[in-house]
Amino acid sequence: MSTTANQKAGIGSVLWDYLTTVDHKKIAILYLIGGMFFFLVGGLQAMLIRIQLIVPENEFLSAQFYNEVLTMHGTTMIFLAAMPLLFALMNAVLPLQIGARDVAFPFVNALGFWLFFFGGIFLNISWFTGGAPDAGWTAYAPLSVFSEGHGVDYYSIGLQIAGFGTLMAGINFLVTVINMRAPGMTYMRMPLFTWTSFIASVLILFAFPALTVGLFLLTFDRLFGANFFNPDMGGNAIIWEHLFWIFGHPEVYILILPAFGVFSEVIPAFAKKRLFGYSSMVFATILIAFLGFMVWAHHMFTVGLGPIANSIFAVATMAIAVPTGIKIFNWLFTLWGGQIRMTSPMVFALGFIPTFTIGGMTGVMLASAAADFQYHDSYFVVAHFHYVIVGGVVLGIFAGLIYWWPKMFGTLLNEKLNHWFFWLFFIGFHLTFFLQHFLGLMGMPRRYWTYLEGQNLDLFNLISTIGAFFMAVGTLVFLYNVVKTQMKGEKVSGDPWDARTLEWSIPSPPPFYNFKQEPLVRGLDPLWIEKMQGNGKIQPAEPLGDIHMPNRSLTPFMISLGLFIAGFGIMYQGGMWVLAGIGFATTLGSMLYRSLKDDIGYHVHKEELEEEGDGSNG
Amino acid sequence: MAEDVLKSGDLPENPERATLEGRNKFMGFWFFLGGETVLFASLFGTFLALRNSNAGGPAAEDIFGLGLVFIMTVLLLTSSLTSVYAMYHMKNNDFKKMQLWLGITVVLGLGFLGMEIYEFYHYVHGYEFGFTTSAFSSAFYTLVGFHGAHVAFGLSWFVALMIRNAKRGLNLYNAPKFYIGSLYWHFIDVVWVFIFTVVYLLGKVG
Repeated sequence: MSTTANQKAGIGSVLWDYLTTVDHKKIAILYLIGGMFFFLVGGLQAMLIRIQLIVPENEFLSAQFYNEVLTMHGTTMIFLAAMPLLFALMNAVLPLQIGARDVAFPFVNALGFWLFFFGGIFLNISWFTGGAPDAGWTAYAPLSVFSEGHGVDYYSIGLQIAGFGTLMAGINFLVTVINMRAPGMTYMRMPLFTWTSFIASVLILFAFPALTVGLFLLTFDRLFGANFFNPDMGGNAIIWEHLFWIFGHPEVYILILPAFGVFSEVIPAFAKKRLFGYSSMVFATILIAFLGFMVWAHHMFTVGLGPIANSIFAVATMAIAVPTGIKIFNWLFTLWGGQIRMTSPMVFALGFIPTFTIGGMTGVMLASAAADFQYHDSYFVVAHFHYVIVGGVVLGIFAGLIYWWPKMFGTLLNEKLNHWFFWLFFIGFHLTFFLQHFLGLMGMPRRYWTYLEGQNLDLFNLISTIGAFFMAVGTLVFLYNVVKTQMKGEKVSGDPWDARTLEWSIPSPPPFYNFKQEPLVRGLDPLWIEKMQGNGKIQPAEPLGDIHMPNRSLTPFMISLGLFIAGFGIMYQGGMWVLAGIGFATTLGSMLYRSLKDDIGYHVHKEELEEEGDGSNG
Repeated sequence: MAEDVLKSGDLPENPERATLEGRNKFMGFWFFLGGETVLFASLFGTFLALRNSNAGGPAAEDIFGLGLVFIMTVLLLTSSLTSVYAMYHMKNNDFKKMQLWLGITVVLGLGFLGMEIYEFYHYVHGYEFGFTTSAFSSAFYTLVGFHGAHVAFGLSWFVALMIRNAKRGLNLYNAPKFYIGSLYWHFIDVVWVFIFTVVYLLGKVG
């Protein structure tokens, strides 16, 4: 965290480079730094939660502070850690996987990052100005409306800013996949990670605006006296729950689908077989996304929507187990008979399969509306979603980071330390969360800051906390590994894993224009085809020519900074209204500048390219 | 090379989609409108849930007058048509006529916006129907206000583009900008059709 800031402050030109970059590979690094920082912050909050719960009637944290830590743990991990880390992977490899020189909207891509960054900072400033949000990451009304102080305002405005960024990123990836694929890269030849990121972007596009509206309504109620959630004035608090979960359930798939994509890349690469059932994988991905939009009310079974609504949403939820099961079996069949190499990304993938299956199984249990009245708001739910999100998304993110680390940085993380990381994290994870299923069944409610002695909850909570420390130590091992590897700086070849897809056909890290000549794709796993049937190198689809590149720009930073400043004015009002004026003027002025100033990019000339070798990883 | 896109005159038939950047913008903007659709759908859903929750304050049938809203509707629908004319002239590479029809579009849009501001003013001062009066009033001002803000944004966008390019005319770089501006304008128009139906007609007779 502070180390990266210090390094950058020392080198003004590097700082300027990253502030103004529109290169997707550098934006990936920005997302990685931002996401890892918030992952550590959220992890620290998790440790505080577990230390508070280590013994009954603990006084380590006050009840109010516990509420804030708990709220911020969930909010940070979902919006500021998991999503940016997935965007880091998408930015780093998606354009390379489809043979593109760039994303469709390099400027918008940078804007997406800076909006996320300023939204995240905005949210966390609340710690220093009188208290963080304390109404849970779901911020249910009316609790969130009547929560005192400005905590929840930081939540609603901070997430609003970050949410715009996510929407921008989603649109960029959609158009990139549709318009920027290399010759021969048909839809049904796209790597699964590209496919799942593409479908996740569709989900972002249609899910995030519901959150936007929900957050606007919450802001209006809290700061401008609107009555959306106030029953005294005719309002209805359930509207928030609907809007939140119409966004929130697809959000779960926005997170997990790219992680599925990572495993669908890692498993074939290290089983030395093409992915089993490629087309059924694509089909299952689309089906999960489709069903993901019609299950939101399974978060609201106990609201009282009635047996008919509950039954419909229960059946739709259970149906999602079918395409997910298809995926699980496809991974198993890919492994079957393969020449398996136990590299660390592969170990993460193998750890993921049973863990995620347990999470899926408890998901079907929770989907039974009648039984859910028993599980609802208990630690059973906490255990379930940590099994899918940590066991699925987080393992996927780390598998992806380790797998594509050479492509992003040109270095290979130490394999031995990676294995240590995996085992510490994996054992710690099951220690922490497996017993929470039983804590929930024994009646321990989620979100309470403490529990009473003599209710048989002590031992399992103690074990759970010990497990959390294993996870923390594992994460530290990973960080140590990153620092050690980058200090050593030992470069590896462009294709250190002997992998199958297009991103491994160019040097590591790739030149800023990615592909010197557009690659010609001859089938699924194009590099593997060339390794088996050709000379191991991707054939070019065009003669060497000039390459068009976008100009760098500070405008995305300024647009986001303006919203950040304006947020304070809207929140504190009174004399602070001037900040809203300054902020919106900055944002709108920057947008106007962007619209009116010609920005046509520049060309890298053929002659310069010829001096740099043939652009393959050889 | 790169500067070619700034040359005016002698453009291909669909200048807005002649370059990769233009095609990307075209598609990206359609996706953006997809997201906007969900945004307005959420606002409509909220409004429908709260449209009878006036909490003792003025109800829809007490305050809405269909006459004014009808004129507003005519203005906005006509402005959509005039923006089509503008795009027609863009495709025929007739910059002056395009500017003329865009100008008419802007005037019609300004008329709409002025009447909407008058309408809100009238509700607040004539009926004491403010943003905080009831859940219905909050939902009404939020839904119709979001639409009005879109109109204002669209107008500023058109005016900025018209002034910026007044001297140099059409080229492959600015044609996509004009085109997606007009797409945005049509979207705003379609949303208004729903507002007219769901808010005003349903409020008056539903």
